[in-house]
Amino acid sequence: MSGQAAYPAFAGIEDRIDAIAVDGGSEPVRAAAELLAIGEHVLESWVRARGETPTDARKEGFRLLALHRQGARGEPSFNACRETCRELVYHYNLLALEPDHPDTGHRLTLAAMIARHLLLFVGGKLEVAGLGEFCCSSRPLRAVGH
Amino acid sequence: MVDVTDKAKKYRSVGYYPGCALEGTGNGYDVSTRAIAKKLGLGLRDVSNWNCCGAMEVKNVDPKIQTYLSARVLSQAVNEDRMDVVMAPCNGCYHNLKKAEYDLAHDPKSVEVVDKLSAKAGHKAYKAGEAETIHALDWLKEAIGEDGLRERTNGKLAGLKIANYYGCMYVRPRHIFPEKDKGPGSESTSQPHFMDDLLAAAGAENVSFPLKTACCGGAHTLSDSDTSTKLVLNILQAAEASGAEVIATECPTCHTGLEMHQVRAEKRFGKKTNVKVLYFTQLLGLALGIGPRALGIHTNISDSMDLIIEKRLT
Repeated sequence: MSGQAAYPAFAGIEDRIDAIAVDGGSEPVRAAAELLAIGEHVLESWVRARGETPTDARKEGFRLLALHRQGARGEPSFNACRETCRELVYHYNLLALEPDHPDTGHRLTLAAMIARHLLLFVGGKLEVAGLGEFCCSSRPLRAVGH
Repeated sequence: MVDVTDKAKKYRSVGYYPGCALEGTGNGYDVSTRAIAKKLGLGLRDVSNWNCCGAMEVKNVDPKIQTYLSARVLSQAVNEDRMDVVMAPCNGCYHNLKKAEYDLAHDPKSVEVVDKLSAKAGHKAYKAGEAETIHALDWLKEAIGEDGLRERTNGKLAGLKIANYYGCMYVRPRHIFPEKDKGPGSESTSQPHFMDDLLAAAGAENVSFPLKTACCGGAHTLSDSDTSTKLVLNILQAAEASGAEVIATECPTCHTGLEMHQVRAEKRFGKKTNVKVLYFTQLLGLALGIGPRALGIHTNISDSMDLIIEKRLT
């Protein structure tokens, strides 16, 4: 599925996530940090596409969660990735705090899948609807000029 | 605050709003919901002459019309059928009815539009608070509960590893679900667990599944099928990586999406997954000793019969 990211600016990131899932086990803390950074990059892209400057603030110690809150402001359907962001943070914590845990390989696999989900969800929203709402908590398209 | 035992009594007989999906692609959900109600001695009475809840399409054109359509369903239930509880198994219907309830309680403009359109349509306008909308999970959790299921199922689902998938509509947005996040016994919007609780009571082993409320890509299905397929594939693969043999669903849109894109993922991307997809009502039905056909399992796209036979669930 390489190079088929829904949003062109995200091309290559899926491949990188796959590579981290395969090769990251030897350095789980670094791999976890890179997955978290990918999540931040994805949300930064969403925030920038809305014409805003991505926040450097942290929520509960994580910039990813602050970026999600910023990205969801006025966009109810963006909350569909709220728990995905929280799961990414949770798996980052598991990997960073217990790198020698016997489940580290499994945790890294899941963390990569969570990061991929965030990428696909946000990429899909950016590509398909521009910045229009299409989802079930949506605002009327005509209200935002579509 | 309603006492738990009062709720159990209140929910033993409820109004049933199947919605459009359960009459079509989600037929197995409808059939299995009715089958377990019968088996458990719970009363389900269909809301008469119901209409579409407004789904997502109407909301995109005019959200007030969606509010009216959902309010009209509630008006039928209250004013024509004398119901005080409406159970909606579909996440979309449940979400929209709850949203209409919220809008009518908080937005005078919504009240004005609903009053005007109701008068034009010749029926009584629904007023906030006249009925309670609940999901099928609330219904079973309160009316039967884990203890009730435990007694009736004797751990029939033991050895079955399940990933519970709630989708994004069941808990979102939080403000339209004032009864959730109220501590022990209530549902959580960040870590929903009612489906986990019910299936565990029937003996199932719930796996830790990180994408239980993640987007299924339902809204992308027609506009960008590849993104939908990739989102679903990721959910299916995450469920398998979590050790699940089955994904339990409680939303017809998610369920159909998981099934359709499981097939498409193999055709389009050459990615085959083997995890089965069943409605939680079908799984509870099997646990209660109801046959697969009576639960509409043969109408699912995902063929689960091998697993059902292997696990001696029939």
